[in-house]
Formats: sequence, structure tokens, C-alpha cells
Amino acid sequence: MAHDMAHGLPVSDSHDGHYKGGWVRWLETTNHKDIGIMYLIFGFIMLFVGGAMILTVRLELFQPGLQFVQPELFNQLITLHGLVMVFGFAMPVATGLANYMLPMMIGAPDMALPRLNNWGFWILPPAAIMLTLPFFLGLMGIGPGAVDTGWTLYAPLSIQSGWGMDFAIFAVHMLGVSSILGSINVIVTILNMRAPGMTLMKMPLFAHGFLMTAVLLITIMPVFAGGVTMVLMDRHFDTHFFNAAGGGDPVLWQHIFWFMGHPEVYVLLLPIAGALPHVFSAFARKPIYGYKAQVYSFWAIAGLGLIVWAHHMFTSGMSLGSQIYFMYITMAISFPLAVLFFCWIATIWKGAMSFETPMLFALGSLVLFGWGGVTGLALSDAAADPQYHNAYFMVAHFHYAFYPTAVMGAMAAVYYWLPKWTGHMLNETLGKWHFWVTIVGFNLTFIPQFFVGLAGMPRRIPDYPLMFTEWNMLSSIGAFILGAAHLIFVYNVYKTIKGGDKAGDKAWEGAEGLEWTVPSPAPYHTFETPPVIK
Amino acid sequence: MRSLYKFGLSVLLALGSAAALAGYAFNFPEPVTPIARETLHMHNLVMVVILVLFFLVFGLLIYSFRTHSKSAGYQAGKFTGPTSRKQWLWVLSPFALLFFIDYVVFGIPAYHAVVLYEDTKTDAELVVKVTGSQWLWQYDFPAEGVSYTSRLITPRNQIDSGAAKGEHYLLEVDNPLVLPVGKKIRFITTSNDVIHSWWVPAFGVKRDAVPGFLREFWATVEKTGTYRGQCSELCGKEHGFMPVVVNVVSQEEFAKWLASKKPVALAPAPTAATEPAAQAVLAKAQ
Repeated sequence: MAHDMAHGLPVSDSHDGHYKGGWVRWLETTNHKDIGIMYLIFGFIMLFVGGAMILTVRLELFQPGLQFVQPELFNQLITLHGLVMVFGFAMPVATGLANYMLPMMIGAPDMALPRLNNWGFWILPPAAIMLTLPFFLGLMGIGPGAVDTGWTLYAPLSIQSGWGMDFAIFAVHMLGVSSILGSINVIVTILNMRAPGMTLMKMPLFAHGFLMTAVLLITIMPVFAGGVTMVLMDRHFDTHFFNAAGGGDPVLWQHIFWFMGHPEVYVLLLPIAGALPHVFSAFARKPIYGYKAQVYSFWAIAGLGLIVWAHHMFTSGMSLGSQIYFMYITMAISFPLAVLFFCWIATIWKGAMSFETPMLFALGSLVLFGWGGVTGLALSDAAADPQYHNAYFMVAHFHYAFYPTAVMGAMAAVYYWLPKWTGHMLNETLGKWHFWVTIVGFNLTFIPQFFVGLAGMPRRIPDYPLMFTEWNMLSSIGAFILGAAHLIFVYNVYKTIKGGDKAGDKAWEGAEGLEWTVPSPAPYHTFETPPVIK
Repeated sequence: MRSLYKFGLSVLLALGSAAALAGYAFNFPEPVTPIARETLHMHNLVMVVILVLFFLVFGLLIYSFRTHSKSAGYQAGKFTGPTSRKQWLWVLSPFALLFFIDYVVFGIPAYHAVVLYEDTKTDAELVVKVTGSQWLWQYDFPAEGVSYTSRLITPRNQIDSGAAKGEHYLLEVDNPLVLPVGKKIRFITTSNDVIHSWWVPAFGVKRDAVPGFLREFWATVEKTGTYRGQCSELCGKEHGFMPVVVNVVSQEEFAKWLASKKPVALAPAPTAATEPAAQAVLAKAQ
């Protein structure tokens, strides 16, 4: 069936010569590998855009006083950093990995809906331009600049903000459409195009992780799109959804936002949580431990993730009962996450480990995300939370959750599958440099932020009292080291594309899965005849 | 458990005193209210437990990296899950421990702390209304008829052009909030424009000031002194420049200060008339 589908399309895509040359090929391609590569390139470009923005912020925060950036610009930088990293980097990179790898891992010739796939990607660049254009216009003195409300877009500040906010609203709409299209494609592909014999519970964990991500995205993105539309109505069409004077409630926005915002955390986590076990298993030369437990944990994380959102709002003045509920239900998330950690550790336990670059990144991700997870337990405590909330302790916590998964986990996955994409083994020396510089830079950036937060420094301030100086200096130095680490990554990937030791079909000794049964680099079309899984 | 907690605390304190010498504040400031004490206690408890958990698991991992490695010649196992009853017990025991930590070690004291935090309705001896505005705080003592604003007085040249910065750079205001020591004070927060958040770390309280709505919290400050904090909800351009300063004084000094403030309060309050609709909602909420 899958075979017939791929060739029954009115436009056959079975010959490379069919495509026009040059950039038109990339515009028109419906090939999952081409689209996957475009997602990955787009995502990593946005990583550098968001990174440059936050390095400007760290430069400003290096010492007290305003030196480089005025508060108006500062607020735009932190806002765009958040939106760009979440919607511009983390989600596209995960989608890119899924596009490239999912069909190969489940033995399908392509994604189920190739044209939708193309459309889903090509919505992204205009959305990114929409989001950031007011920022660059603002730099040139045109208009009020980009959205400056923090990525949480809290009303009524977002009602008051300049027209950069309208651009952000439309960018969110487009990003939402793109991720919903991508999610539909993933769900349809997984449910319909698995190789014969591959039951759902024989499917690779990466596919399970992304399936849950897709389900979550389809649940939350429409809510978010509706929410920002309400902001748009309040701004321009005299509605009062978030205006108390007209019977609205500013806190309603927070509920809408975090109903999207908290599951979004798991949207970013689950694809990576699905990819990591493959890396652990490959380099420990041992089968994945607790496969079923991990699958059920993904579902539990997604389910619980949808009903814990108001733990972001403990200081907003909720009732006692709500606070107790959201505290206890948030603690419950520690169980499925603990199952994942347990299974990952049990996967490498008593294995025969070797520490190539992908494994280093996967292990680094495990350890650092572990700290992000346990500090989350601290934040779930409604009584202590007001001291952490909107202070640097919380900033450090969620970077310990995001960076090790969405960035280091993605890099582990990229390094792991790079031989399959390029046909070359990567440079291990450069890879190890990349890893250790990342570890030093990351910890030097964020450990001081825990301390400065406990000492009382609020987030999103362009200037700070003198007692916070030392920690901020350390943090800024760490941030620039971390920034430099990413340059090593780009250089290493570039080098691997250009050349390197020849990679075999099965590039890593312990790697398992259908993707390692096709040649490296993978041919333009794979599994035109589906493999049979016993 | 208890002794482990105490040991952890002493290690933290030792580290802290070393760090404090170098000017690196690393933990909550000294608590001066019942809530802040409770919060600090919760925080220390959680930190000790998660540090122990984290480093135990990290140690286990380091052991595994060294032992279960290809270079050490270790033969990889094949197991993919628990098989015997005994193994199931081993596998489930960490989760039983986690349940105990979550809902007993943390859950019970956290419950009591939240109940304490929300105990705003009983025995208040004084009511203070805190109104956030872009970008200053307005303090009202409704029963006493005192009302005034409090804004940053750090000179612009210290912020913008590198003039030598004063000791309380960005944490100094023209009219601090003055409170009597040892009295339970009920705070009511609201806002004139966007959401602000009133935070004094030494009091252990932070509460959003939401336009058009009233939120409340309480504090009994047990020690006289000057306490400083900042707005902690992004509220626009000058968000970083609206500090909170509270002078806590003896009952007599407070009475004197209040008396000296009263004539000023006879002038019409500036905000009452500006947002009639919002005021109507407020009245309804009250």
C-alpha cells in the first residue's frame, strides 16, 4: 500500500532529473530528506539568531549600569530570544529530525503527505521574518521595534505594546499552522505507513516520542492561536477579553498562555526523549531497557503536561485549593520522568560503553537535564515558589531543562545520524572539544544564575543592584564560551559534509534499527519496497 | 533523614560563609517574617534532598562509565526489564522512595506553608494597599487616610554614564513604605495599568498586582530595619527601575510617622478618579 501510494501520485518523484536545478529544487521538493535538511538548516540558523540576541543581553548584564543596550531594546531582545529559540530553533530542528529519520526508521518511502510537508516548511521562513522584521526596522529607526513583552506576552502589557506585537501575533498564527500541518503529517505517517509487521509497540521510541509531540501540538496550538487572536481583538477591535474595565481578566491570558506554554515544554522534550534511548543503546551495545515503560511514560508526560499549567502562576493570587492542586499534580510529573531516567540509566548499566561524541552529548543531556528536573521539584512547591518565580533561579532551572534536551539532545541526535546523512564519520577530536567547551560554558552560565536568583535578582531587568555583580560577570563569561562552542559544532558538521572517513551502512558498532540497513549516505529514496519486520 | 538534613545544611552554610566573604550572595536573605522562615526552611529541605539525589545518581553513573565500558573489557548484558519478583521489587523501590519524598517529605510541610501563606483574613492589625503603576508604587493606608507614591531616586548619571554608583544603587526610593514591627499587616495589591509584582525577598512574599482586581498577602515583620526588593513582573520599559523599599520601625515611631503623613493625605488621591470603570470593578470585588 505504502509503495503504491508513493508512486500513484500524479507527479512522480522517483527520478532526480525531474527536479529543476538550483534553488527551485528546494522550493518545490516533496522529498522528506530534502525537507528534513531544510528544517535543520533553518533551525540552526535561528539558534544563532536567538543566540546572538541573548549574547547582546549578557554583554549588557556583564556589569551594573546601562552600557550597550537601552531598556526598550533589552525587552525586545529577551522576548525575541525566547520566541526564536522555542518556535524558531527547537521545534523546527525536532521536526527536521523527524522528517529525515521517521520514514527511514519505520520503513516508509516518505512522509504520508509530501506536499503538505513542503508547505509546512515554507511557512516557517516568512513567519521568522514576520517575527523579527520589526526588530531590525526598529534598529534602523523605523517603528517602535519588535514585541517587547517577554515571550509570555502577558496582557495587558501586550495590549499596550507597539505594532511589533501585531507582527508577533501573525507570526504565531503562521508558526501554529506550520506545526499543526507537520503534526498531522507525523500522525498520519506513523499510523499508516509503518513497514508490514511493525506493530505500534515494535515501533522505535523516537517515533513514539514524536507521535506524542504531534498529539500535544494539535491540542495546544489552536488554543494559543485563539489566545493571540483575542489579544489582537483587544488591541484593535475594542473587545475586552483581558481588560477588567470591560469585564475581562488579565489573568485569563495567563491561563490560555500556559495551557499552551507548559505542554510546549514537553513538545520540545519528547522528540529528544525518544531519540536519546537509541543513542544510549547504540553506544552501550545493549538493547533498550524498559521499552514499554518508556512508551507509557511518554503518554503519561503528555497527559499530565496538559493539566499542570497554573504552576506558572502561583504568585498571581490563585485560591488556596488551586495552589494545592497544581502543586501536587506537578509533583506527579516526576514519576513518568523518573521512569525515563531509570530506563536510560538501566540501558547503559552493565553495557559495554564507548564515548564517541553522540554518546557524550546524550550522557551530558541526561546528567544536566537531571538537575533541571530536580530543581523543577523545588519550583513545584507552591510555598517556596514565590521566592523562585520570575527570579533568576527559575531562569536557570528552565535553561537546565531546555538546553540539555532541546540543544544538547538535538546535537546528540545530529551527531548520531550525521554519518547516515553525509556518508562520512565525524571528526571525534572536534566533537569532544565541542562537548567539553559546551559543558564548561553551560554550567558557568547557569550555575551563577541559580545563586543570583536566590539572592533576589528578578529576571528581565536590564540593570541590577551592585550585590548581583559578581555572579552576573561569571554568567556572561560562561555565555560567551557557550556561544563559541556552537561555532565548533557548525565547523564540525561542515567538515563532515565535505569529507572524512567513509561511513558503513551501520556507522556505529552497536546501532540498531532500519535506518542502519540502508547505505550511507542514504539514497534519495529509501524503502520504496517496504521491509518486513518479524 | 533529620541528621542527613542537618549535615547538608551545615555543608551549605560552610560553603556559604566562604562565598559570602567574597561578596557572592548565594541563598535567600535572612528571613524576618514567619512566611520567610517557613519558605527558607522548605527551600533548604528541598535543596538538600535534591542535591543528595542528584549526586547519588551522578556517582552511580560515574561508576558505570568507568566499569561498564568497552575499553575496560566489560561484556554487555542483554537484559531489557525486570524478570523475577525480586528484580521487580528493586525496580519499584526508587519510585516508592520518590513518592515518599514528593508527597510526605515535601508535600506535607509545603501544604502547611501554603496554608500559612494564604492566611490573610485573620487578625490583621493594619491594612496597606499597594498599587503598581508604570513605574512607581503607590502605598495607601485606607483606614488612616494616608496615601503617597514611592519612586526610584538613583540619579540617571549613575545608570547611564558610569558615575560612581551608590551603596543602594537601584534600590533607593523617595518615600519608602513604613511599617510597624511585630504587627500582622494585610496587604492588598492592585495596579493602574499592567501587571506588576511586589516582592521583598526578606519577607518571603511576592504577589502580582493585577489591574482591576485585588490580590492579598500578609506579613508580620519581626525585626526593625530597611528591607529592599524589586518589581518582579515585566511591566514595560522601566521594569528594572521600580524598587520596593520598606522601613520597619517601632510602634511609637510608626505612630509618629503616620501622624506626620496625615495632612498630606488630605490632598485628593491622584488615582481614584482616573479609572472609574476599574474602580467600579474593585468596589464590586470588595
